[in-house]
Amino acid sequence: MRKEVYSICLMCSMRCPIKVIVENDQVSRIEGNPHAAGIEGRLCAKGAAAIGLLDDVERLQYPMIRTGPRGSNNWRKASWPEALEYVSQKLKSIIAKEGARSIVFGERWNLSTHISRTFMNAIGSPNHFTHDTLCKGSMNTACRSLFGYIDEQIFMDFSNVRHMVIYGRNIFEALDMRASKQLIDAMARGTKLTYIDPRVTVTATKANRYWMIRPGTDLAVNYAMIHIILKEDLYDHVYTERWVSGLKELKEFVGPYTPEWAEKISGIPAGEIIDLAREMSRDKPKVVFNFGFRATNYTDEVYFRRSIMILNALMGSMETPGGLFFKKDPYEVGGQPPQELNNQKFPKINPLRFDRVGTPDFPLPDPRTGVAQMLPRAILDSNPYPIKAAIFYRFDPICSIMDSKQTIKALEKLDLIVSIDINHSDIAGFSDVILPESIFLERTDSVFRVDGLIPQMFLRRQAVTPRYDTKPGPIILKELAQKMGVGHWFPYETMEELVDWQLSGTGFSIADFDEKGFVAYTDKPIFWERENGLKFKTPSGKIEFISSMFENAGLESFPEYHPLPLPPDGYLRLICGRSFFHCNVATQNNRYLNDVLPENVLWINQKTAHRLGIHDGDRVIVSSSKGDGKIKAFVTDMIHPETVFMLHGFGHQNPLARRSYKKGVSDAFIQDNATDRVGGSQALHSTFVKIKPV
Amino acid sequence: MSVYYLLQDIDKCIGCRTCEMQCKINKGISPEPRLCKVVGIGPKWVDKLPRASYVFMNCFHCENPLCVAVCPTGAMQKREKDGIVFIEKNRCIGCKLCLHVCPWGAPQWNPETGKVIKCDLCKDRIDVGLLPDCVDACPMGCLSFGSIDGMSEIIRIQYNMHLSVGEKIGPVSCG
Repeated sequence: MRKEVYSICLMCSMRCPIKVIVENDQVSRIEGNPHAAGIEGRLCAKGAAAIGLLDDVERLQYPMIRTGPRGSNNWRKASWPEALEYVSQKLKSIIAKEGARSIVFGERWNLSTHISRTFMNAIGSPNHFTHDTLCKGSMNTACRSLFGYIDEQIFMDFSNVRHMVIYGRNIFEALDMRASKQLIDAMARGTKLTYIDPRVTVTATKANRYWMIRPGTDLAVNYAMIHIILKEDLYDHVYTERWVSGLKELKEFVGPYTPEWAEKISGIPAGEIIDLAREMSRDKPKVVFNFGFRATNYTDEVYFRRSIMILNALMGSMETPGGLFFKKDPYEVGGQPPQELNNQKFPKINPLRFDRVGTPDFPLPDPRTGVAQMLPRAILDSNPYPIKAAIFYRFDPICSIMDSKQTIKALEKLDLIVSIDINHSDIAGFSDVILPESIFLERTDSVFRVDGLIPQMFLRRQAVTPRYDTKPGPIILKELAQKMGVGHWFPYETMEELVDWQLSGTGFSIADFDEKGFVAYTDKPIFWERENGLKFKTPSGKIEFISSMFENAGLESFPEYHPLPLPPDGYLRLICGRSFFHCNVATQNNRYLNDVLPENVLWINQKTAHRLGIHDGDRVIVSSSKGDGKIKAFVTDMIHPETVFMLHGFGHQNPLARRSYKKGVSDAFIQDNATDRVGGSQALHSTFVKIKPV
Repeated sequence: MSVYYLLQDIDKCIGCRTCEMQCKINKGISPEPRLCKVVGIGPKWVDKLPRASYVFMNCFHCENPLCVAVCPTGAMQKREKDGIVFIEKNRCIGCKLCLHVCPWGAPQWNPETGKVIKCDLCKDRIDVGLLPDCVDACPMGCLSFGSIDGMSEIIRIQYNMHLSVGEKIGPVSCG
């Protein structure tokens, strides 16, 4: 029997709409959803390779309980009731001794995160966190400080922009199926792209202007651009007068930050910085300073991301075609968004979190995400209190939080580690109990609310029956909650019942998704009127250059610029990034994706390599104070001489994932666990390394 | 030549190899054979800008295909109605002669079967009015497929787009 199922991909984090063609319970083909605007049937290599995941014998197949020492990969197969009983008994005894807050739950943010939060609320722990600060936390903080919205509530108009400036967001490799295509089409119609990155990526090879910047100095360049824009009167007066507060203070602040000053710091010629500022002004407001995707590079990340958005505001490009837009929610057209289970009225919990977010120590990061990279020290120091158990849901702290040795040392201290996962990930291998989740083709998920010019909802739907003894995450958590005696917070038996409940009140039913895979609240795009209709959620209702959020927390909106330390003699700065073929740490063992990109290499500038006696293709040792690894050198003049680069996500240590086991090097084993203490992001590019031939 | 043309807009190609991936997955074969592949050349510096080429290569479906001429069993064939060069799996004995003679590396070795496999322009799909998998999947929409007459129209339009836009970067180097 043949059927077509509209669903949502989960080979990476973009959640592209797909159409799955199923014949006799086997996926015969995956396509992009032909009805979804901007997708029109297309997909990417990772999406296509999902079929390789479905029947993979090297994924988790049934619940397992550890029998040997941690990390030894000695397991016994368990039934679901047995595994859940085991976990609940352990959790209950930990709660009895140390309180519920000694349990943490970390996950890669996903459509059913509201279920995970419900679980933690139900057992009474404040310690739910997502991966967000390992990805973009400071961007979230920066946007809230300026607009009162988080970054996810803002999007860029790639189709109509005339000139886009991109800082290291490698949009033509780490694909966003809609945006990447829209941008390449716009460029064919004459849109200009300026790309700034210490390394020549595919994006750099398509750009009209490319700056090989000294890593970590983009903020200086932005301050210099703001300096010129204000000095030469290149900004949108009408817009800024109506919508911006703090322009005068900004002007005073950037006074000393001339293009000549920025040239010394960044290596970008002053004249080119001035040219770019003038060009952007000429094309305003159809210009975008791209605020990026991953925002986890440096300890001053939040100020860099603010500077990007300040440039956009000065160009008047917020809420205009060819610029940036705020995403509109269903309420704009009198609609109701899907319900989320964690909005139930739970008993009050002491809000002191393991990461201290929300206290004067760490006031600004988003408490809905927490700050993941604080976990290892919190466990090791029992500060602010002892942590005894961790549940990790599709999130691998060993590969994702920097300084893996420290992370492992912290994990060793726990009384219980549970993984809900699909892969033999590094954390699954280090867990006490593994609860295997069905992959996205095998399960229905919570409703995907998509705000935008047209608010919509998409649905991930089960296409085939599970190949192994696995379950959807929200069912696993419900059943665990039942064993813990808090099952009444989970009023559903099946995923379909959960979706029905979420949709009740929206005016839509699950059957409405049959035709196209999504539903829309309106057919007309919603624009806010630029003269009086912009709805900023800051206390002043304006774009706050001087941020009340910062000032109230005792933090400066415009602290004096201090260049980041340069690598000492004999050291290079390690930077990292992504490719076409893998999503972070999750896909390296896929047989198709592993075939095209099995391991990472170390990019090193040819002059630097020559000095160190390293030739292209040599195996080298890359080492920091945190760890080291052996990796193949890629010698090139396409990277800044003070820098080396490797792709993130390789060097896996779980031997049950045989294809990716010990292939390449894991950046997390080498990087220092550094944080932007204001914005909350981890600062991945803060580590200096030594390179020597093997 | 077949009566079809498969055109790549090289300015839009980013070398993501989705074409290759979707092709082999939909043919249900193992990862190793690459019935089509995007070959990346570069990057190198051209007038202070880093430039690279990403060149799509599948099979040219030659008018006088060398692979067909050397095939000892008649497994490699040219389809009469439209000139598609394809291989009849059951007749291939895995002698690899076609691999040796093809100047463009189009025939591929399939380690799972011990036989040769090659691009057939997804003839089963085009026979029912669908596009070849590589064209259908391309994230950048840089591949187009159709009859040879239609293609020259596309090239003319693309050429004029370049002229009218004016500010476009010069041709990329293949060096």
